[in-house]
Amino acid sequence: MAMGAPLLRVRNLSVTYPSDDGDFRAVRNVSFTVGRERLGIVGESGSGKSTTGRAIMGLARPPARVKADELMLGEVDLRAQSERQLRRLRGKRMAMVLQDPKYSLDPVMQVGEQIAETHRTHLGSSKAEARVAALEMLNAVHIRDPERVYAMYPHQVSGGMGQRIMIAAMLIAGPELLIADEPTSALDVTVQTQVLSIMDELVRERGMGLILISHNLHLVSSFCDRVLVMYAGQVVEICDAGSLADAQHPYTRGLLAALPQLGLKRDELPQLQRDPAWMDDIATPLETHSRKVGA
Amino acid sequence: MARRVVAPLRRLGGLLFSVALTFLGLTCVTFAIGRFMPIDPVIAIVGDKASQETYDRVYRELGLNQPVVVQYGNYLGKIAQGDFGNSVMTARPVVEDLVRVFPATIELAFLALVIGVVLGIPFGVIAATNRGRWPDQIVRFLSLVGYSMPVFWLGLVGLLLFYAKLGWVQGPGRLDVVYDDIVTPVTGMLTVDSLLAGEHEVFANALGHLVLPASILGFLSLAYIARMTRSFMLAQLEQEYILAALAKGLSPWRIIWVHALGNVWVQLVTVIALTFGSLLEGAVLTETVFAWPGLGLYMKNSLFAADLNAVLGGTLLIGSIYIVLNMLSDLVYTMVDPRAREPN
Repeated sequence: MAMGAPLLRVRNLSVTYPSDDGDFRAVRNVSFTVGRERLGIVGESGSGKSTTGRAIMGLARPPARVKADELMLGEVDLRAQSERQLRRLRGKRMAMVLQDPKYSLDPVMQVGEQIAETHRTHLGSSKAEARVAALEMLNAVHIRDPERVYAMYPHQVSGGMGQRIMIAAMLIAGPELLIADEPTSALDVTVQTQVLSIMDELVRERGMGLILISHNLHLVSSFCDRVLVMYAGQVVEICDAGSLADAQHPYTRGLLAALPQLGLKRDELPQLQRDPAWMDDIATPLETHSRKVGA
Repeated sequence: MARRVVAPLRRLGGLLFSVALTFLGLTCVTFAIGRFMPIDPVIAIVGDKASQETYDRVYRELGLNQPVVVQYGNYLGKIAQGDFGNSVMTARPVVEDLVRVFPATIELAFLALVIGVVLGIPFGVIAATNRGRWPDQIVRFLSLVGYSMPVFWLGLVGLLLFYAKLGWVQGPGRLDVVYDDIVTPVTGMLTVDSLLAGEHEVFANALGHLVLPASILGFLSLAYIARMTRSFMLAQLEQEYILAALAKGLSPWRIIWVHALGNVWVQLVTVIALTFGSLLEGAVLTETVFAWPGLGLYMKNSLFAADLNAVLGGTLLIGSIYIVLNMLSDLVYTMVDPRAREPN
């Protein structure tokens, strides 16, 4: 699926947290590329998937040490950027949607303002221009009556609406890469699909790349083109979403086996047996590609 | 549409009701203090050399022979008419005394609060955003000093240094004697009145007298406000919306002074209101050191003269101001916090 030059190239990304009893390696030698596609990163809590996303944005929680052999956003070497230069990239060329709009929106600022400020920051627009752009953006995330919603405060909007507002605020300056960190896990099941499809629509229309971080294997495999499975800070498997069933790594296979299936009665869900050997550093993750149809 | 008008009115009604209730409680307390303090109000008036007859007559005149409930009713009735009794010390109605001395205290406390807010908030923000580094250490040290140094000591040292040695400021009192009675009181605040009258020389002199006590009180409120701002700010900087703001690429200036501080304000409103209250109350010591003829000095003198009406009147005034401040902070609160606007 990845076409042309990749938007993001990550090679041997490591994030380490120093602590009194030795360093904690939250992310270990993670490598992948993202094109104008939807890449899913799945893993359980603590697997390093969110830390990976934040490290790409240059927003790893201090006192993290971030190291990489290569961290390229298009032609820009992210490792060589100063904080000021990174700031110009964030929101403009790469952006991040967080888990819960209840906490990621500023409670005392009108939501429209929060969309407009990204525009003003990166495009140097006037208040009036930014307002117009924000109203258009609200429209683009399928919000009816943008004028009214613009002046609302975060506590007045629902979770699904809040997340669409967040997406609008992140995409208004036209980034080419969007990192969505568990964007639907705080939402009601009924609006999850709606938010995902709006995100998908925008990402496709604008030819962007999307990294969808989630613990939900089912959601990621049905929504993304490729899936990256992380365990204990490492990528254990990369595969095309369609061929997930053929995944080789025992962890991935275990996860798949644990998924409940419609029409299949089981007395007990199989428990995932963790092999301590999975903690060891691995040279290259397993790769599974889609089989040609009919092959 | 009707709801838009009715809802705020109902809220205002509820607010006024709770204010009235609190005020009633306050009168209970002042009345109880007056009844149970080991000061004999009769002796305070007639002196301890008076005959038993005189004593009994005054005792009855004051209504002290009636049941406590009736006495409290009379007390409330008089307060409702603005009658706080006469002051033994000044031989004038307490209300008149309060109207005369209170503006001096307001002037002092207000300037102190302005100093505390204008400097305290930025200090707190700078300390929080430079946590553990030297700006933080300086602010924390200043806060500690402001917290632990007694105000009378700071006042005396301040007078010694800035008035006696350096001569930068004027001495105790509100005005040099030569400037007395030039300006007719309008607000009772000399700096305001002299400006209104266009008397620049009087203004300069009044300000010279005001600046040192106001700075010392201001320093104390600065210490408190900076400390609270710092800890509120640190809590806000941990919030998820700060991360979202960073992800949008906003400038640190905007993230700190618009987003984080916007949320800190919500909590600061109450702190500032309480600071103003404690400034009025804490003025007793400062006004004594600086011979500042305000409410604090008036109450101190009344207390030492066992002038019960004056003390109770002053107490009631300060208590009422606390109530008003609380009400104001509730109103301002709904202005800075959109979540407080609708009673969901």
